[in-house]
Amino acid sequence: MAKELIKGNTAVAEAALRAGLEAYFGYPITPQTELLEHLSARMPEMGRPFVQAESELGAINMVYGAACTGKRVMTSSSSPGVSLMMEGLSYIAGTEVPMVLVDVVRGGPGLGNIAPAQGDYNQIVHGGGHGDYRMLVLAPASVQEAVDLTALSFDLAEKYRAIVAILMDGSIGQMMEPAELPPMQPLKKDIPDWAVRGHRNGERHLLTSINLDPPAQEVMNLRLMKRWQAIEQNEVRYKGYYLDDAEFVVVGFGTAGRVSLSAVRAAREKGIKIGLLRPITVAPFPNAVLDELAERVEAFLVVEMNSGQMLEDVRLVVRGRKPVEFFGRMGGVVPFPDEVLNEIERLVKGPRTTEGHPRDRWLSRLEETIG
Amino acid sequence: MVLKEVPTELVYQRPEVFDPRVTHYCPGCTHGVAHRLVAEVLEEMGIVDNTIGVASVGCSVFIYNYFNMDFVEAPHGRAPAMATGIKRVLPDSMVFTYQGDGDLASIGMGEIVGAASRGELISVIFINNANYGMTGGQMAPTTLPGQITTSSPTGRDVKRQGYPVQTAELLSTLTGSAYVVRRSMHNPREIRRAKKAIRTAFEVQKHGLGFALVELLSTCPTNWGMTPDEARNWVEERMLEYFPLGDYKVSPAVAELKI
Repeated sequence: MAKELIKGNTAVAEAALRAGLEAYFGYPITPQTELLEHLSARMPEMGRPFVQAESELGAINMVYGAACTGKRVMTSSSSPGVSLMMEGLSYIAGTEVPMVLVDVVRGGPGLGNIAPAQGDYNQIVHGGGHGDYRMLVLAPASVQEAVDLTALSFDLAEKYRAIVAILMDGSIGQMMEPAELPPMQPLKKDIPDWAVRGHRNGERHLLTSINLDPPAQEVMNLRLMKRWQAIEQNEVRYKGYYLDDAEFVVVGFGTAGRVSLSAVRAAREKGIKIGLLRPITVAPFPNAVLDELAERVEAFLVVEMNSGQMLEDVRLVVRGRKPVEFFGRMGGVVPFPDEVLNEIERLVKGPRTTEGHPRDRWLSRLEETIG
Repeated sequence: MVLKEVPTELVYQRPEVFDPRVTHYCPGCTHGVAHRLVAEVLEEMGIVDNTIGVASVGCSVFIYNYFNMDFVEAPHGRAPAMATGIKRVLPDSMVFTYQGDGDLASIGMGEIVGAASRGELISVIFINNANYGMTGGQMAPTTLPGQITTSSPTGRDVKRQGYPVQTAELLSTLTGSAYVVRRSMHNPREIRRAKKAIRTAFEVQKHGLGFALVELLSTCPTNWGMTPDEARNWVEERMLEYFPLGDYKVSPAVAELKI
């Protein structure tokens, strides 16, 4: 199939449809809305259910109901809307039914703005909803990658009976760039043995997240954690650039990773031996490769469009073995490559330390801006 | 005289779908009656094997323990949204929610209004017992003016705590609502009328006529601090005044239904 110029939100919607999406439930919110709009036309065309819900609470619970039947379902939203979905996500995780969530992240907190940001990292990666559960989180850095990860996300959700979140910042959702869409796949035919379909074959099905017996609930929690271990074992995905001879490494995901790649290339032209680690799965986090890098490189620079949320995951792996610095833009501001290049040059020039917290040093450099 | 051949006729039988276990409901609570009516209707219509129930949060959270059929359990107030998701992907199935007043008329008001306004093809059994039963008798959206609860200890003061929600009346204003009625379970006559309404609500869904809801005035002797008999009288003497029984919405197509 040929490449076409297509907007990220539309591309993800069409990729989901072609991956055999059987029902979509959503609510309009910028910068995600084109995803819902595209499916509002395409799903009925294909004879598949589409509902614009009364709210994100409604949307996520429609997904919950449809997911309980074993169908391939998804919803999409942006930060404030995803906050409203947290209740449902916890229930869905507790019921162990698969679904896909697309979060096109915007500037926050609160109503914030509609510009690209990565401030939902902690909410999506480290919970948000109540109780012990994890979601697989995929973070594309281009429209093509978003398309490719969409089909994968359904397979992963069904393989692990888990929630897969596609964490895209607003720029991936809104940007138009060339991408190749996958061919149309037939709808899946198999009905999972746990699905609630009406008591037709004489076997009763009950799906619930309630478990009043604490020891039994604990066993359920342990089962979820064990499954997460398997996910950590099998599903880590990342992209490394110029890592083979790197003395310094930038770590960034999504758009921050993509901007950083431009800066890394510019630094390479200046003779700086620097590479980029771009996690594609931010959950499970690529711990092993980062651990190996921490043994052999001089220092790390973490670049994010938030206040250093993934930074904490990096520090947990690096464990003070090497200096880590941080550079972030927030509130819907996307960093320019030359800003990141400045930070790379500062890191290389030193002084570097393993003492203190990178966020404190970053903030102290910004004192003039924040007053 | 000794009768040699006693004529026998089976006139009363527990519905097969209704599990013969002891429920967790308090003595005198009418949840058991409502469950039974739903079970009878499902069997009489022959739809047990094609129906999915959506349980809600409240005393009836464990309704699925008493029905031998497929069930899911919704977050508090969200049963109509879950039912929507199920019905849309399995349009040939019958889907019903069973919700209390705190669940449906307070935290879940958005979801029930959304489902009704879309004319969602689901049947809703709505239990109104004028308080939050499961959490121990707090003020509900349906608590009557002056009614004492654990969170209106001097009686519901409408100036501070607002007025009870008349759910059937409210939902009847929506075009998507095909059948919205209020019935009661405080005496055998009303129970028979309630069953007929539940049957109609499922027939409305079966025939694809729109959203259907049956509000059932119910007793909560434990939290009301009454004997079962006093509780039945309280429904009749106090609740009926604020929540009149009646057919609030019967669409022309529903009126033509022959059951």
